[in-house]
Amino acid sequence: MTPQPADENPAALHRSAEQAALGPPPPAELGARDPEQRLTELLEHCNDRRLGPVPTDDALPAGYSGTFGHFPVYFPEEIVHAGGLLPVNLLGGGNKLELKYADAHMGSFICSICRSTTEMGLNGSLKSLTGFVTHPICDAAKHLGGIWARNFPEQLAQILYLPQNPNTPGAVRYTAAEYQRLRGDVEKQLGRPIDDEALWRSIRTYNRNRALLRELYALRAAEPWKVSCTESYLLLRARTRMPAETHNLLLEEALGLLRARKRVAQDKPRVVFVGGFCEQPPLEMLEAIDDTCYVVDDDLLIGLRWLTADVPEAGDPVWALAEAFVEHAAASPVQHDERKTKEAYLMDMVRGSRADAVIVTAAKFCEPGLDEQVAWSKHLDAVSVRHLVLEFEEKMTSFEQMAMQLETFAESLLFALA
Amino acid sequence: MSTSAADPTQAPEGAVPEFNAQKEGQRLFKDWYGGLEHAKERGQYVANVFVMGNAVEILRTFDFQLVFPEINSLQMGVRKVSEEYLRDSEDYGYSPDVCSYVKADVGLILRQQKHPAGTIPKADIAIVSNMCSTFIKWGEIWERMLDTPSFVLDLPGQRGSSWRVRPGDAQHMADAQWIEAQFRDLIGRCEKITGKRFDMDRLAEVEDRVNRMVHHWNNVMALNRACPAPYNAMLDGLTYIGIMNVYRGTEEGVQFMRQLDEQLSAKVARGEGRIDNERFRLLFSGTPCYVSMRRLVELFESWGGVFAYSDYLTFAAGGMDAGELVYDTSRPLESLAEITALAAQRGLSNQFFAHERLAQQLREYDVDGIVFHGIKSCRFVSSGMADTRNYLTERLKIPSLYIESDLIDPRYWSDAQIKNRVDAFFESLQQRSGGAPGDTKIRLPVVGGPS
Repeated sequence: MTPQPADENPAALHRSAEQAALGPPPPAELGARDPEQRLTELLEHCNDRRLGPVPTDDALPAGYSGTFGHFPVYFPEEIVHAGGLLPVNLLGGGNKLELKYADAHMGSFICSICRSTTEMGLNGSLKSLTGFVTHPICDAAKHLGGIWARNFPEQLAQILYLPQNPNTPGAVRYTAAEYQRLRGDVEKQLGRPIDDEALWRSIRTYNRNRALLRELYALRAAEPWKVSCTESYLLLRARTRMPAETHNLLLEEALGLLRARKRVAQDKPRVVFVGGFCEQPPLEMLEAIDDTCYVVDDDLLIGLRWLTADVPEAGDPVWALAEAFVEHAAASPVQHDERKTKEAYLMDMVRGSRADAVIVTAAKFCEPGLDEQVAWSKHLDAVSVRHLVLEFEEKMTSFEQMAMQLETFAESLLFALA
Repeated sequence: MSTSAADPTQAPEGAVPEFNAQKEGQRLFKDWYGGLEHAKERGQYVANVFVMGNAVEILRTFDFQLVFPEINSLQMGVRKVSEEYLRDSEDYGYSPDVCSYVKADVGLILRQQKHPAGTIPKADIAIVSNMCSTFIKWGEIWERMLDTPSFVLDLPGQRGSSWRVRPGDAQHMADAQWIEAQFRDLIGRCEKITGKRFDMDRLAEVEDRVNRMVHHWNNVMALNRACPAPYNAMLDGLTYIGIMNVYRGTEEGVQFMRQLDEQLSAKVARGEGRIDNERFRLLFSGTPCYVSMRRLVELFESWGGVFAYSDYLTFAAGGMDAGELVYDTSRPLESLAEITALAAQRGLSNQFFAHERLAQQLREYDVDGIVFHGIKSCRFVSSGMADTRNYLTERLKIPSLYIESDLIDPRYWSDAQIKNRVDAFFESLQQRSGGAPGDTKIRLPVVGGPS
């Protein structure tokens, strides 16, 4: 049983519960409805998904038999999607989850996303997952594999060893072997094969998704007054709780509405936001940034946009995915690649989006993020790019001080740019 | 440092001096630091390496002088000067939440590489494995601050629990193939740096020395299964693993480990222990707090508690005690990749599934309790520790103690608090065993087994 992608069976998809949840009428019949109202509905739907639980098996869209959890940053969702599993990117509990169990399982000096993800496991919120995969992005994340294995032995709990050396010849072959191993383990867990045809369908669906996300980010860079960072984030994050084919429909509709927006550009500085590659800043923090700045590029949920080009639809599908990971990948503080230093890719973001400044953030207790924060701020000083350094935690609830810092920062930028 | 045979003891004519591991270890460390100080003058190339996954065998083939930045940092702790370096690093911008080894090293760079043991040369290459993710970030710091290129050695680790890779099976060979490809890449880079051609025969010679050293090291580890334990894993053992790392692949290293093996074997045969009245055999999980390492051991030994095993001796010595790890010197490069893959999975990355190794070592070392030492700034050691403790306590009913401090940051060592917890732990052990204070070794049953 594999999901039918939108490009092959759109009628069936429109009938699905998932599509119904997007709210009638479908895109072609928008007619005289207020576009802004419809956009608000879509964004509210995305926010509901952000705050809502992981769907249980009996609430899954048609064509799906279960859910498969994965921790940031990147996971080749196509592999489990082709097996009829809904990929669920686990991003912790935000600032609405109270920790009751995780404190006894993880030290207080561990980052919030690892602790709250553990809490979600221990409080039963993730009991329906077929499996959970984490990655060698940092040592706390790797330990989640062991925590999962000890506490939820019924789930397939693994570390997917994505290579930290994509530069040695042979990296594609190794990555393909690792993907193939994962595919085999998921097949065993499901009791059915994941065939190449299903994988190709998933790759096509995700290629469409990648293209739409590129359009969304291009729109933000070109006309940031039409789509805020918060809105863009909500649209992107929705993919963590819905099938990619449904997400494609959502993005297609939302992009049309956003492009048609009649908004006048305000006097706000253009900034790049970095530090959101794993633990997620609270929505209120993004809103505070939107109040004073246009965020023209960011690394929020970069794992969902990790492959920067379409995966070629030819050859072996697993090899194609592996090759894309090695050759056409984004960048983050937790992936080493000799071809792009951290400073160079940040400057590419600044130049590519014509940003005036950078907001350099790091999640509390996130060692890679905190290391990068030092390197980035030193580099930005050296090349005379203005920046603001902020530390956040997903569970933070007070934003007054941060808002004041942002306001001061934006004013100083506008003064300098005038 | 020479890799040729040498007599380190300089005995008076006709007399065989007694081997003193502590003194000999200190002498070897002094020699090593002396070698670092003058490496560049001798025209030697320098490589930064870590204790977990480092390709030392290849680097020795090219005569690289090896710098172990982790050892430099911990030595600052031992010499009670780490706080100065840490504060320099924090003033530079690093958060209190970053690994204190890294921060001490940044402090070292800011002080033009002036270490209390001598000047540390800038490296021509750094080998950074993925076994600890911080290694990679550390390497990136050297790239920026010292212009030292990093080579990331990507070792496929243990993927899940009950991960059983056997030598020669398909998974092992796939992983070894990837590692071999990286070794070939690294060899090319070393050739470019040094201008020397790679010599396969020299690699085989280095591997032969590693095989002999590891043979004795495995004996040394096994000897502490005896009761009483002949050494304390968290005090004497720290010197041993220092030599295991710094002198791996050298004749001096083989000699040290052989003499240690012989001395400890004799000690076990005589029934001598590390302390006179071993009452509790303990397992230590985690790393020491090097600013208080003697104090930590003293707190336990004063109650008759000896650390018979520590997972630190396994992962911080390259994981080479994990069984069947012998190089086939007739096919040096292939074998290096195969053994490296096994060591990475059985001895290093299994830290992420620590309950499995600890359950096994609890039985093999017949211990009465586990001490978990959470390290505030080391996520590799600490992130899964509390959960592992819960798991083992529940399944094996083994008494355990959790204490928290840091690797080398004295600001996180709270002596009174730790002493209170240690005392309470021993009181409960005593009550559990029904023994009176002063009784020698009390046996406590380990109930059940891992499910």
